[in-house]
Amino acid sequence: MSVNAKDLQTGSNDPLWVRTTVITISVTFVALMLVLPLGVIFYEAFRKGLSAYFKAFQDRNAVRAITMTCLAAGIAVPLNLIFGIAASWAIAKFNFRGKGLLIALIDLPFAISPVISGLIYILVFGMQGWFGKWLEAHGIQIIFAVPGIILATIFVTFPFVARELIPLMQEQGSEEEWAAISLGANGWQTFWRVTLPNIKWGVLYGVLLCNARAMGEFGAVSVVSSNIRGGTNTLPLHIDALYNDYNSVAAFAMASILALLGVVTLVGKSLLERKLEQESISSLESKTTEVS
Amino acid sequence: MSIEIKNISKSFGSFTALKDISLKIENGELISLLGPSGSGKTTLLRVIAGMESPDPNPDSQVLFFGEDVARKPVGDRKVGFVFQHYALFKHMSVFENIAFGLRVRPRSQRPAESAIRDKVHSLLNLIQLEGFGNRFPKQLSGGQRQRVALARALAIEPQVLLLDEPFGALDAKVRKGLRDWLRSLHDELNTTTILVTHDQEEALEVSDRVVVMNQARIEQVGAPDDVFHQPASEFVIDFLGNVNVFHGRVNQGQPVLENIQVGGSRESIPDGEKANVYVRPNDISIDRTPTGKSSMAAIVTRINRAGVHAKISLELSSKEEIRVDVSMEQLQELHLQLGDSVFVHPNKARVFVPDFTI
Repeated sequence: MSVNAKDLQTGSNDPLWVRTTVITISVTFVALMLVLPLGVIFYEAFRKGLSAYFKAFQDRNAVRAITMTCLAAGIAVPLNLIFGIAASWAIAKFNFRGKGLLIALIDLPFAISPVISGLIYILVFGMQGWFGKWLEAHGIQIIFAVPGIILATIFVTFPFVARELIPLMQEQGSEEEWAAISLGANGWQTFWRVTLPNIKWGVLYGVLLCNARAMGEFGAVSVVSSNIRGGTNTLPLHIDALYNDYNSVAAFAMASILALLGVVTLVGKSLLERKLEQESISSLESKTTEVS
Repeated sequence: MSIEIKNISKSFGSFTALKDISLKIENGELISLLGPSGSGKTTLLRVIAGMESPDPNPDSQVLFFGEDVARKPVGDRKVGFVFQHYALFKHMSVFENIAFGLRVRPRSQRPAESAIRDKVHSLLNLIQLEGFGNRFPKQLSGGQRQRVALARALAIEPQVLLLDEPFGALDAKVRKGLRDWLRSLHDELNTTTILVTHDQEEALEVSDRVVVMNQARIEQVGAPDDVFHQPASEFVIDFLGNVNVFHGRVNQGQPVLENIQVGGSRESIPDGEKANVYVRPNDISIDRTPTGKSSMAAIVTRINRAGVHAKISLELSSKEEIRVDVSMEQLQELHLQLGDSVFVHPNKARVFVPDFTI
């Protein structure tokens, strides 16, 4: 019976009104809170036509903001990638003192407000900070300059790769690595030929999320940025400045880039999630008992 | 090649995995490390492989052919290690898995591509998986995967083959087949092989010698025959197959059970000591009438005919339960029924008096 088949598909015998209500609430909420604002961004950006939209990108300050954002992400993401792989390797494959503390500390940037993350760097490297005098004497400026933006970005995006890899590597264990080593592979060969291929989708997933956050971060970079147009403004800061100037078309045009980045991240994320799921299924399969 | 382990201890925090272990393994031997989980057998194997380092002690040594390898890293020991869960490289084909150990060699020692291909094909032939080279591990059954893991370990021509519960994840039928295959492979290659297992049947059937381990120590080392028929301790007799245990006392130098004497006597043991009497199910006979003074009255509580032997459970007058294996012919002759009153008597018993092993 087709009715029964439909019931089986939904996997539920709840009455119709329950299903309808729950689905309506979810869909309406997503539409109002997520899809509508995203639509508004593009609507506002193109409200005065294509030429007005593209004019926003010809502005020197806009180009500078995009460059700054790419620079900050371009440095923060690779560094956190290296750190994330090293940390998850250490946590998953070795036992050492302070391991619990390291795991807890990795989550620190998730736990504290991004504004605090920015303030920490001002307290350390700012004029009145611990190293302020020494840095000034050597002509190095970190706060209200590019290095500060990069440091703040690194700080807030620090956990993404590690968080993704730790459970994955813990689940996989270290037997394959031991097998490689017993066959005569050195550490480097073991890493490139055995470990990395096993975690590659997890790495990509972490990098994707890390990059999205690095490019979109507002709070932390806002504290350490000079907020000078064409200076150390990143894209989110530039959008904020444009909007405060009532230049809404330019602001929304810039915002559309970040929104697009978000959409691309989302699509990439779902594709990678599917890959990761397959990977963990196959790693489970290889551990189950089978008949020859 | 001969392997000698001298005074090896290993602890993980407060847990002692190995306590002053010494063992000599002969060249070309297939030896099993047999024991329950937590007995230290896998740790001992990993110490031999170099995956665990023993507790520092000036007297402890791991000798490969007289050479101390205690400080040599795993990769330099030339050991072929096979894991319980195969640990095949998931993203590589069967061919590449087997070739791995040859490909990672330094350029000067690496065989030519054609030599690698020949080697892998001869190994695929050996494990009876010709034509499977292009498959990936997840396309193979468990038994096939473990054969690939073995071929991968053999590719580096190891001095010693270390197998860590290699058949533990396989079902009974496949396990039996692979066990026989491993034995014939060993007879062909003669590579010194150390097999870790908790399956006493596997250890007794496949190995030249068995090392029975318990609580971080070696209980007994010997040929399968010896450990089975001349168990050195209560643990060994209990661990190697089913056994009935009776708790009696020593009287006039002889272990006594329900006023019945069993086993040999030893004058030197004082009266009143506890004696534990172990009798294998097939070393007990069942009779309708008492035979001699060592017969005990018992009631049949269960008869299981599924198997080569019939397994009979009986209850003694002391409410102790005993198990007896009889042949199907005997079962028919006796016309046993549930609830029947019969007499059992042990034909062969091993007696352990704690502190005074007889």
